[in-house]
Amino acid sequence: MIRIANGQGFWGDWLEAPVRLVEQGPIDYLALDYLAEITMSILQKQKEADPNLGYARDFPPLIARIERRLREREVKVVANAGGVNPISCAREVRRLAPSLKVAVVTGDDVFGRLDEFLAAGHAIKNMDTGEPLSTIRDRILSANAYIGAFPLAEALGAGADVVVVGRCTDTALSLAPMIHRFGWKLEEWDKLAAGTIAGHIVECGAQCTGGNCQVDWQNIPDMANIGYPIIEADHDGRFSITKHEGTGGRVSVDVIKEQLLYELGDPKSYITPDCVADFTSIELKDSGPDRVQVSGIRGAARPEMLKLSIAYSYGWKAIGTLVYSAPQALEKAKAADRIVRERLSQIGLKFEEIYTEFFGVNACHGPVAVSNPDPPEVQLRIGVRGQDRKAVDRFTRELIPLVLSGPPTGTGFGDGRPPAREVVAYWPALIPRELIRTSVQVVE
Amino acid sequence: MKIPLSRLAHARSGDKGDTSNIGIIAFNARHYPLLVREVTAERVKHFFTEMVKGKVERYELPNLGALNFLLHEALGGGGTLSLRIDAQGKTLGAALLRMEIEVAEEELN
Repeated sequence: MIRIANGQGFWGDWLEAPVRLVEQGPIDYLALDYLAEITMSILQKQKEADPNLGYARDFPPLIARIERRLREREVKVVANAGGVNPISCAREVRRLAPSLKVAVVTGDDVFGRLDEFLAAGHAIKNMDTGEPLSTIRDRILSANAYIGAFPLAEALGAGADVVVVGRCTDTALSLAPMIHRFGWKLEEWDKLAAGTIAGHIVECGAQCTGGNCQVDWQNIPDMANIGYPIIEADHDGRFSITKHEGTGGRVSVDVIKEQLLYELGDPKSYITPDCVADFTSIELKDSGPDRVQVSGIRGAARPEMLKLSIAYSYGWKAIGTLVYSAPQALEKAKAADRIVRERLSQIGLKFEEIYTEFFGVNACHGPVAVSNPDPPEVQLRIGVRGQDRKAVDRFTRELIPLVLSGPPTGTGFGDGRPPAREVVAYWPALIPRELIRTSVQVVE
Repeated sequence: MKIPLSRLAHARSGDKGDTSNIGIIAFNARHYPLLVREVTAERVKHFFTEMVKGKVERYELPNLGALNFLLHEALGGGGTLSLRIDAQGKTLGAALLRMEIEVAEEELN
């Protein structure tokens, strides 16, 4: 049995979580997930400004902080902190934590290969809309293939204490140690599916140990000290989910079910580069305090195509807010919204979309929200999106004047006008897997 | 009699682009057939009215006593494009739990 913990559900997750995982109990592997789709484009811009950047900058100092513990307890780290510059990330880890052996997996970054693919006749069409890549070719900011667990397992096989990778699937981070330690082979689809589903359960960190849980949430103990998840994996594909003793949170069948359903599409066909996992085969059992046993998982052969994640510059957006108090808070906010729209139209500003929400009334649940005839306060929240930065900038000046020139009791403008932000959009596509060649190198 | 779905089920929701997914899970496995009967894709689409511009798909997970719904074109463009405060659909599961379903009293036992 091996213990694989997840200490980071996204870049920006709780900084103490990975430290506590290595200090508060036994683990063999620490998986850290840093990359969301949007993250890659941000990192690409950082790399353009400085060729030594473009990775999750929190990661090397974290490894330095836990270096001694990792060595003493022989814990290995697998992290997609590499972003669009995994080699620089790995070198920085080596510099800050010189006693650890660091390996880097490359080959996912295809930003410089898109024209080669197009020339070879691969359309790289948008999977959702069918549009050809030429629609956005000159606005692309980053392009990466999602790679699977086998190259990461190869890096562990090279004796790495820390494996740094760019765009791999979130589930690969947890599956790789199982492939490495149990010697699972390519066609063992049921086992690969089990490891993949284990990875899916823990990939969002504490969301499988009581975080964001609807069932009995008021009584989930000690959320301030919530324990992050640990997979106890067996060679035959069975595993349990648990957390360190004495930590807060809860691991139960109800909690695990919620996370299994999170961001799920067709449950019979959860597609990864490593296998296709069947979520309708999962059997769950409460098997002790804060412990759920998972078994029965079936899988099918891996796909011939890999998913590409392409980020491109779409346009600009800004969101501004003002607050109105009772009485008639909603009526005042609605009147202010009408005034803003009339003023925007008078100066001839055009947007792809103007969207208004009344925060405190219907912002989350829209037309389904429970009505409150006289809420004590309402936040007017107006957003615009368009291609023209100047128009979006001009919009940001239209809200605060209403405090003096609109309905009464307008407030909540202390932070000034909102910023116009660049919108980076995401272009999902497929590419034949043989075009993506990964390699592993140990960083000296 | 009419009861809110929250009597029988809990939920978690999230996003994939402009599609929101909502997982609805029976507290008790014996109520799962009621969910299958009452919480159809059509009713979910109707419940959310103009919030969901595309189609609603439903998948069954009898092993978990759960249904998975995909609500297409439901997040104002999704991800970075959306102007909504809940661009990831994190609260839509809680919204769906307020939908009323029709059950006979003895079916709740």
